[in-house]
Amino acid sequence: MSARLRRAPVGAHYGLREWLAQRVTALVLLAFLLLVAGALALGGRHDYQGWAAIFAPQPMKLLTELAFAALCYHAWIGVRDVWMDYIHHTGLRLALLTATILWLLYCLAWSVQILWSV
Amino acid sequence: MTQTPSPRPAARPQIRNIGIADLTQYRLPVPGVVSILHRASGLLIFLLLPLLLWLFDLSLSSDRSFDRLVAFCEGTPARLVLLALSWALIHHVIAGIRFLLLDLHLGVDKVAARRSAWIVFALSLPLTAIAALFVFGVLG
Repeated sequence: MSARLRRAPVGAHYGLREWLAQRVTALVLLAFLLLVAGALALGGRHDYQGWAAIFAPQPMKLLTELAFAALCYHAWIGVRDVWMDYIHHTGLRLALLTATILWLLYCLAWSVQILWSV
Repeated sequence: MTQTPSPRPAARPQIRNIGIADLTQYRLPVPGVVSILHRASGLLIFLLLPLLLWLFDLSLSSDRSFDRLVAFCEGTPARLVLLALSWALIHHVIAGIRFLLLDLHLGVDKVAARRSAWIVFALSLPLTAIAALFVFGVLG
């Protein structure tokens, strides 16, 4: 084998991208959690007006949508790992992976609708 | 360059995955408990995602829907689900921070890994208890 060819040429992903993406999205979610906690602590009013005021500005909508996207990507990798570990029937696994992707995309679209209706 | 093949041993050790029936006898070390609960809590949050989005929708739509959200959260079944969700989020975040530190090669040796696993529970369980006080209306 040539020294340049370090990977077995099987055409598969090697998981590094997903591994890294899960950690990056985890940090994004952690930062967003702290942001909302900070906004709640500084906001003072714990009623509808105070809560809605946090998500009313456009930059906060975009940040929240970014966090939702990170959540969906994070959940995709985690749930994908669960199906790959426990579901060995190829057809069932493919169905669950597909359903997971569609469901997360549905949730992501729903989150857009929620945020921009405020 | 060829090697003469060594004679095949009569019985190769069988490497098997742990069976479901063995789970009760299998003593998982504390880091293992943190790890499997990290997975279980993540899956729970994924399964409850529609509930979270529905609650988020109620909380933002109008002041009337906000009141409906408050009323919904005062039902006993809702309180139990919210408590489970609180635990899942708290455990997932704290255990997740531990995993991020392990990825940075911090506390990888056995003693440190066990200690940090205990710290996860020492933080997550009291925080869940505090969350329970909010969920059941004792605080807040």
